[in-house]
Amino acid sequence: MKIRLENVVKTFETFRAVKDVSLDIESGELVALLGPSGSGKTTILRMVAGLEYSDGGHIYFGDQDATDIPVRDRGVGFVFQHYALFPHMTVADNIAFGMKVSKVKRDKAAIDARVTDLLRLVRLEGLGDRFAAQISGGQRQRVALARALAVDPKVLLLDEPFGALDANVRRDLRRWLREIHSELGITTLFVTHDQEEALDLADRVVILKDGRIVQQGTPQEVCRDPQSAFVMKFLGDANMIAAEVRDGRAYTGDVSVDAVGVADGKAELYARPADLDWSEQGPGIAATISRVLDRPDGRRVLAATGAGEALEFDVEPERQVRAGEAGFVTLRRAKVFAA
Amino acid sequence: MRRRNVLPGLPLSLGVTLFYVGLIVVLPLAALVIKAASLGPADYWQIISSPRAVASYRVTVLSALGATVFNLFFGLALAWVLTRYRFPGRRIVDAMVDLPFALPTAVAGIALTALFANNGWFGSILGEFGIKVAYTQLGIMIAMCFTSIPFVVRTVQPVLEDLDPALEEAAQSLGGSDWEIFRKVILPLLTPALMAGVSLSFARSLGEFGAIIFIAGNQPMSTEITALLIFIRLEEYDYQAAAAIASVLLITAFVMLAITNWLQARALRYTVKG
Repeated sequence: MKIRLENVVKTFETFRAVKDVSLDIESGELVALLGPSGSGKTTILRMVAGLEYSDGGHIYFGDQDATDIPVRDRGVGFVFQHYALFPHMTVADNIAFGMKVSKVKRDKAAIDARVTDLLRLVRLEGLGDRFAAQISGGQRQRVALARALAVDPKVLLLDEPFGALDANVRRDLRRWLREIHSELGITTLFVTHDQEEALDLADRVVILKDGRIVQQGTPQEVCRDPQSAFVMKFLGDANMIAAEVRDGRAYTGDVSVDAVGVADGKAELYARPADLDWSEQGPGIAATISRVLDRPDGRRVLAATGAGEALEFDVEPERQVRAGEAGFVTLRRAKVFAA
Repeated sequence: MRRRNVLPGLPLSLGVTLFYVGLIVVLPLAALVIKAASLGPADYWQIISSPRAVASYRVTVLSALGATVFNLFFGLALAWVLTRYRFPGRRIVDAMVDLPFALPTAVAGIALTALFANNGWFGSILGEFGIKVAYTQLGIMIAMCFTSIPFVVRTVQPVLEDLDPALEEAAQSLGGSDWEIFRKVILPLLTPALMAGVSLSFARSLGEFGAIIFIAGNQPMSTEITALLIFIRLEEYDYQAAAAIASVLLITAFVMLAITNWLQARALRYTVKG
């Protein structure tokens, strides 16, 4: 089911949580709403679900205006961060709940068969008789997903679905959710503040800030071509160096990079840690190492430029660097935004 | 290495609590049982099955049941309103729920009698419709409701406050109607607390004395509660008869608490890990 948000607005008391958001989600697409806390991403998700009413704008499911359809008739599957499993029901009863309260009457055998199918889909065969308190967090979230899928929702909505889980479980569940999505092809919208999760899982990432969409696109598009300093910083570690733009090039110290389309004058130059190289000789931006952090896949160096700007970059595990050493940083690539 | 607790260790705390329970709870109850047991079985049976005693049980238990059913619904509604809605004066209403606990029950009894007497504010209006409250079983019931409603409100309220709103939202998104969500999700989760509150409320109603005697009329065979009958026997220095009748109340309360504990354990099966 295709979903379209048109100029959606939501205000809480005096706080405008969502400001004029328009967004198209294609049928079968897996879209991530990514943003820091307070960016309005959960509010948008809850409005799509009908758990929150928008103060302005429209939400379409296909060609139908769903803006005023109450949540129970909207046909969405919603998965909550803290699972929201019914604690007094077994896993099987939790999954069957939607079918039991549905207007479409099913006989008991049909419900049981569907529950068995769903338990197999979420790989929890044999745990149907357990209560939520008796299974792990990862298993609970899979039950929650099965429960949401049981009513054949038009769209699946997940609110920070892996936020309460350990890093390892989270990574497994992410891959697994991707597989389920490919298998079922259900339109899916999920909210996360974890950029790695969004980039790992989504077909398209929608980045939000202060209730507005600041950029959207495939993971490749947003990673390779961030349109603003905010997106650059939010998607991953970024070094900021003050620069001066003249005639389409940005200059800082001995170094200059391409800055086509940026107005002349003061600018900010952003580069990922991996885009920086360290050498003992110039030319480059003079810097002094302040600390070296050893990590499983390399060494992260914290350094400061003469102007006091903090820099972070990685060197190979074998490279001997020590705090206090002076040297020069060169740039492989960088993004320049007007300051 | 033994783990250090903040509170004093097991020997001391266990000793203090056992001593306390023994002194305050077990000793008087034991005295009661011994006193009653000093009667022969035939005498004991004759006292506890005398028509006046049986009539008092009936009045007490039926009134307590009525009051408890009322408290079940009204206490739940009160707890619901206090937790789910924010309205001016909510904190005052919330504080007033405890008033029946704080007020001497005799004061409550006198106030209720004044209100519901034939010339009282409520009594005169209800009298127009032919409803008599003071000096009838209805009066007993109202006095019981008054003194025991905080039990239901105060046991249900915290559970209701802790109920994750996402549970209701999840049930809504799955297509549940308001009534289905209440019956299948909220009510089962409240049941253990409701049962605890209701059983306390019932036990309190069985033993209530001060609030009732002013409004009940205290006619033997019709509006005389068991607690009053015990008191009358004591006044007559008939300690054995008083203890015998009291033992009936004691056994009733025990049996009822045992049943509710068992029901509660059943309702809480889902919290057992493993």
